[in-house]
Amino acid sequence: MKERRKALSAIGKLWPWVMVAVVAGLWTYGRFSGELAFGLRAGESLQYFLVEMALVLPPMFLLVGLFEVWVPRELVERHAGRRAGVAAIPWMLLLATVQAGPLYGAFPVAVSLWRKGCAPRNVFIYLGAFSAMKIPMLTFEVGFLGWSFSIARTLITLPVFIVIGLVMERLLPAAFQLPAASDSDAMGDGVRLS
Amino acid sequence: MEQMGFNSTVIVLWIITGVALLVSFIADRRKTRASLIKGLKMLWGVLPLLLGVLALVSLVLAAVTPEMLQQVLSGSGPLPFFAALGIGSITLMPGFIAYPLAGVLQKLGASTPVLAAFITSLMMVGVLTLPVEARFFGWRVSLLRNGLALVGAFLVAVGMAWVLP
Repeated sequence: MKERRKALSAIGKLWPWVMVAVVAGLWTYGRFSGELAFGLRAGESLQYFLVEMALVLPPMFLLVGLFEVWVPRELVERHAGRRAGVAAIPWMLLLATVQAGPLYGAFPVAVSLWRKGCAPRNVFIYLGAFSAMKIPMLTFEVGFLGWSFSIARTLITLPVFIVIGLVMERLLPAAFQLPAASDSDAMGDGVRLS
Repeated sequence: MEQMGFNSTVIVLWIITGVALLVSFIADRRKTRASLIKGLKMLWGVLPLLLGVLALVSLVLAAVTPEMLQQVLSGSGPLPFFAALGIGSITLMPGFIAYPLAGVLQKLGASTPVLAAFITSLMMVGVLTLPVEARFFGWRVSLLRNGLALVGAFLVAVGMAWVLP
């Protein structure tokens, strides 16, 4: 049993690097043989993702660190907590729509808000707005699909993810706890930065 | 165009972060140090998983060619609509590929609801990124959120069909 668990955890630690190596290998092969367009395409998108990660993730995580240390729990609870009313929604939209980057960049922010007392519904409204209403992305959407499409889609999406937020809060038990692994103090354990 | 919008937002993000760190450092060195450690530890903790998932997404994106999508999504009837929801949910596509592609699909005659279903599920539902999401929120919350977002994408598409026939 113990050995099996050990093997599983080794696989868990290794597979990401194997995947990256596979893509890098396919790309290199395609690059030099000129035959494997598949490998070239995979390598190019991975490259795009890596650049995007390098540009967006460090500032996002540093801001989350500052937020956790400086912003008092009462402040978040008052403006976006379970007892805060609909006035919390504009705050969430403002926070989400001015940001850029992929949705996974918003996860640490969302978890941090949640831990500071933000109501679950508002956390999911934030995630919804981040995924579908970011202003830099909307300008791009207008360019390709036109104003009427973009405006209609945004206006229809807004109530949909507000409802998703409300339903999520209903479905989760009141005593729901976020996984301990998502705590900024527990994450990356075994890594010493100090 | 997206590159421009994206770049300027990234620059603003870095400037805000730099100013915030500087102000924090002036106000309290020890607290700033603690915040840096928190932030970097969190980033470090999720980085390998994220890399693996993104490599997997790259392989899937390379396997699904724009020609294939055009074939599946530009027909008529309910099939392209559900195909758009399904394909949009599996892959997480960056806006710089998704929007130009949606523009091409539109010119080739993909209907508004199909485009809306594709774009919305692309942005709100990500099966391949589930492990990363679960790392932060747990599997239960992540599965619930993605399931509801899929229903949401369906509703948005239906709404679009109603507003922009």
